[in-house]
Amino acid sequence: MIHDPGLSATNPDSPLIQIDHLTKVYELGEVEVHALRGVSVRVSKGEFVAIMGASGSGKSTFMNILGCLDKPTKGTYILEGIDVGKLSRDELAAIRNKKIGFVFQGFNLLSRTSAIENVELPMFYSTVSNKLRKSKAIEALEKVGLGDRLHHYPNQLSGGQQQRVAIARSLVNDPSIILADEPTGNLDSRTSVEVMGIFQELNNHGITIILVTHEPDVAQFAKRHVVFRDGKIRSDKVNTNPKIASEVIKDLPMIDDEEDEAA
Amino acid sequence: MKMLNILLSAFRALQRNKMRSFLTMLGIIIGVGAVIAMLAIGQGAEYSVKEQIAALGTNVLMVYPGAQQQAGVRTAAGSSVTLTEDDALAIARECPAVQYISPGAFAGGQIIAGNLNWSTAIQGVGADYLEIRQWPIEYGDFFTDQDVKAAAKVCILGGTVADNLFPESSPVDQTIRIRSVPFKVVGVLTKKGQNANGQDQDDVILAPYKTVIRRLSHWSNLRFILISATSLKDITTAQTQISELLRMRHKIQPYEPDDFTIRNQTDLAATATATTQILTILLASIASVSLLVGGIGIMNIMLVSVTERTREIGIRMSIGARARDILTQFLIEALVLSLVGGITGIILGVVGSSVISSLAKWPTIITAFSIILSFGFSIAIGIFFGFYPARKAAMLNPIDALRYE
Repeated sequence: MIHDPGLSATNPDSPLIQIDHLTKVYELGEVEVHALRGVSVRVSKGEFVAIMGASGSGKSTFMNILGCLDKPTKGTYILEGIDVGKLSRDELAAIRNKKIGFVFQGFNLLSRTSAIENVELPMFYSTVSNKLRKSKAIEALEKVGLGDRLHHYPNQLSGGQQQRVAIARSLVNDPSIILADEPTGNLDSRTSVEVMGIFQELNNHGITIILVTHEPDVAQFAKRHVVFRDGKIRSDKVNTNPKIASEVIKDLPMIDDEEDEAA
Repeated sequence: MKMLNILLSAFRALQRNKMRSFLTMLGIIIGVGAVIAMLAIGQGAEYSVKEQIAALGTNVLMVYPGAQQQAGVRTAAGSSVTLTEDDALAIARECPAVQYISPGAFAGGQIIAGNLNWSTAIQGVGADYLEIRQWPIEYGDFFTDQDVKAAAKVCILGGTVADNLFPESSPVDQTIRIRSVPFKVVGVLTKKGQNANGQDQDDVILAPYKTVIRRLSHWSNLRFILISATSLKDITTAQTQISELLRMRHKIQPYEPDDFTIRNQTDLAATATATTQILTILLASIASVSLLVGGIGIMNIMLVSVTERTREIGIRMSIGARARDILTQFLIEALVLSLVGGITGIILGVVGSSVISSLAKWPTIITAFSIILSFGFSIAIGIFFGFYPARKAAMLNPIDALRYE
């Protein structure tokens, strides 16, 4: 499907993501909107990057391009040696399926579809046998601590649990990166920390995570901060002292919100 | 995405809106049901027409006096007096391809039996008439050649006449009076029912043609000659032989047209079959309009469904569904709607046809062809009307679809 030699032969020294002079221009009738004005960034395997910025800073556009949902107007985006900008719609879909796991603010689970079926969904679009699909889905749900909620429907799960199902879904095809777009935006503070804890744990196991957020509190859990402003990167710093979610949570008062048992 | 999985998820998607799916299918169910039932009725009519014509005997020829055309002016067949008894005897004698022959005459009138009376047609025929018509006697006997030659006053009653004149007793050996002439009833015919034109074939009295000509008719010539060829394939030979013989006997010059008409049942059968086939096509086309409307219903509901599920489409795309995966998914949903509707419609049509058959006593025939046709039609409708909504879904931009509220 993806005819690129770089797919399997990744040089361990070359960055996972290599973005150079990326621009994105939207044409809204007569007006041209420059959402990105020359962004260059590199992300290596195993990083935990927070992309920050106010609304209109271009971080969402950047996220969409990073997630292969959109194509840049100019510039190159090389993901694991593949020049994504040159791919067709279908090839981009295959990249999204195999190399990228999405976690959204609004969870974006299929309603009236059980947790395990939601997690199985990405594997429907790749070649995974029915048997393996089930076991991988269970494994992913166990990783996020929902091994006992396999057959619950989204409306029977709390917000935190739904987001964990979404994280399990993003994990299930063993992607190169997990892209989380405001993953805590719809969650209360305690649950947010719990979700960040899951990301940190996944990151500790070597999974690259890119988090888009406008909340500085949430960004504190990441190891690197990239701040966008007016379509450009304003700062790109290593977070020398990231907060550890498992420790933060001990200091938080217990709110019985998260563990409310939905039937 | 594997076919079985797509199929399963299509069924589940449709289950989520049971009422809506059912109503959408109802359009197809009614459409397919109507097509099946209309085809069944049409083909039933076609079959019964063929059956009745076959009952007349397909190797039968009718010779009428009078030409179809004279000097450019068409006159009604039978309007001239050219067919004589001698013609009939000559045909029997000289045409080797002819098996049976029955000269024919007509009369009508009031028939009286005891204190009952009935008005019907009296056909004067020869002793071989029933052989030609392949019409058995219910009870009693048919009259003999001697009866014909002697112009005996005997007759055979059709079932309807027998029922009306002799409701209680057996008519055999009773005497009836046809226009004051007493006739002895020697037999009763088996019932044939209506013919292709809806006429009661049992409302008839058969008598020796000579008797009818002498006693009941003002016409001394024959009104028709009924002939059967030795076999079905000899029918053209027989027709040629009769034609040549009659032209010679009537001294018709080569440039002159015939003064008689020969008709065979094959022509009649072809015409009648063509008529009923047109009827069938007409009925089926009217019914297929409702199938078309059902298809539009599918398209409508699929469009609604695509709009409602824009976000779902966005999610699926973001996790790696290609355009063709989305296209297939929605196309399969439309196809499931039309196929389940189609199969239910076929069942409805089959059941409906047999109900029509038993209630209206109307023959219906369901052929494999009509089932395959309706089945194929519903598949085609699912694909045709499902394609546009499915394409619309597949062409969505994933970012817009994800943000859709």
